[in-house]
Amino acid sequence: MSGAYVLQQLVNGLVLGSLYALVAVGFSMIYGIVRLINFAHGDVMMVGAFSAYAILTAFGLPLWSAVLAVLTLGAVLAMLIDAVAFRPQRGAPQVNGFITSLGVAILMQNLAILTLSGQPRPFNVPGWLKENIGFMGARMTVLDAAIVLVTLAVLGALVVFVKRSRAGLAMRATAENPLAASLMGIRINRAVATAFGLGGALAGLAGLLWGARAGQIDPLMGFLPGLKAFVAAVIGGVGSLPGAVLGGFVVGFAEVLFVGLLPPLYGAYRDAFVFGLLIVILLVLPNGLLGRSVEDRA
Amino acid sequence: MLWLDAIDVWRGPSQVLRQVSLRVEAGEIVTLLGANGAGKTSTLLTVSGHLRPRAGRARLAAAGREADLARLAPPQIVAAGVAHCPEGRQVFGGMTVLENLRLGAFLRRDGEERADIDRMMGLFPILRERSSGLAGQLSGGEQMMLAMARALMSRPRLLLLDEPSLGLAPQMVERIFDVITRIRDTGTTVLLVEQNAAMALEIADRAYVLESGEIQLSGPAATLVDDPRVQEAYLGVLPAPAEPGPADGRLS
Ligand SMILES: Nc1ncnc2c1ncn2[C@@H]1O[C@H](COP(=O)(O)OP(=O)(O)OP(=O)(O)O)[C@@H](O)[C@H]1O
Ligand SMILES: [Mg+2]
Repeated sequence: MSGAYVLQQLVNGLVLGSLYALVAVGFSMIYGIVRLINFAHGDVMMVGAFSAYAILTAFGLPLWSAVLAVLTLGAVLAMLIDAVAFRPQRGAPQVNGFITSLGVAILMQNLAILTLSGQPRPFNVPGWLKENIGFMGARMTVLDAAIVLVTLAVLGALVVFVKRSRAGLAMRATAENPLAASLMGIRINRAVATAFGLGGALAGLAGLLWGARAGQIDPLMGFLPGLKAFVAAVIGGVGSLPGAVLGGFVVGFAEVLFVGLLPPLYGAYRDAFVFGLLIVILLVLPNGLLGRSVEDRA
Repeated sequence: MLWLDAIDVWRGPSQVLRQVSLRVEAGEIVTLLGANGAGKTSTLLTVSGHLRPRAGRARLAAAGREADLARLAPPQIVAAGVAHCPEGRQVFGGMTVLENLRLGAFLRRDGEERADIDRMMGLFPILRERSSGLAGQLSGGEQMMLAMARALMSRPRLLLLDEPSLGLAPQMVERIFDVITRIRDTGTTVLLVEQNAAMALEIADRAYVLESGEIQLSGPAATLVDDPRVQEAYLGVLPAPAEPGPADGRLS
């Protein structure tokens, strides 16, 4: 096994990890503020991918307009899901929200199959995105580099927003103590909507990037990435944003290295491996890598 | 400033306030006393809009106008000049002291927030010392000071305080009560919920006693201090025996 081969796997892991991180951060933010395990989050990513497909392929509009559109649509869709499905049962036991999110996920997947058919569609991107720019001898396309850079830039902007802006302050306060936040005059529903909106925007963007990299999209494409983002968020310490990013990269690297370094025979078990990894990490660190215990946060 | 007029409040399946009437006039310290579970916290939560009366009227004089509390959402009640410093302090433990204070001024945009943060740090110097530390790492007494400062950051005209002395050392309790008096003297009306009835009655102008969700007694604090029922139940004064001695053969 050559050094170049390992380096190639690391590049692949970095790219895949970026995509997981984008989805995991939203997942974790939503959990952090309403303690909701949102299985519909991956399907927002799917809608993002199809919207980008429509804009790029069907309407032939430029790439930047697709990026703007998926950010906006992802945010609006996630906030809509929150308002329609989750807000009416705020305060109900956690399992209610969990089951509702499964329902929303299944509904979205089936609506997509009904209206768009279950057939995968080719997702074509401008040719220059597929050019190999190389990275220390490993293969890396413009798109790969863009995925990593865009992810880092977006996550950086998110951190600044959450730390510095008034809406970010409201969001953090609400995540920590909703009653106290309300006593400060913060509108809880609005703070929650902010979290859904930000998470949805990132998921929409991840959908575009995922589709571009995979080269094809289908209505069920959000399911596994959504599940792995959940794993990433839990590994990182659910509710922690840096944890979700770290978890995303851990899952991305682990998956790629597992497939790349073991005999091809084992490749089919990559998903099982990711979930096995989750179990091992949680056995050692019950609160994930960067998570605080739930008791601390109460 | 605040009038509760025969309000009934329910929490889930149980009624926690029955026909509660209470008034707080501008410039007063009014204290609300009662045993555990009497409904004191529920009363304050009703005033800040987190519980809704099922019957009765709750009115607030805000900015020269009278508002029906039932029509206002919690942020509007804060904006109308009511700050609620909750039971158990409830500071944002994962955020810095400074961020907690900024959150207290969340609805303000008058540009004087900075100056007020400075004032609060003058009132409670420990907050200046610990301003960039996490609120969760303050001691209980320090958290109480932060919680009060945070409530004051909204520049309230009516401050609701829920058991500020709970769990604090006697010295700290003295300080907190001293600050409460000063807050009133600078023009903020105070509705004070306390289990430390002796201290509360000492600084209050008027008092109400709540039992099982009903107002049992009310009047000037100075009068209630001498009321035998208050003395027995809340001030730890043993009742004077009606007839002397163990003549009846029972230990009391
Ligand atoms: N979240 C809740 N849901 C339902 N009932 C509640 C809830 N919180 C309190 N109660 C009930 O409401 C009643 C009044 O409680 P409340 O907290 O207002 O009392 P309190 O006078 O503040 O007591 P304490 O001195 O212990 O703080 C009690 O019987 C209590 O059991
Ligand atoms: Mg109470």
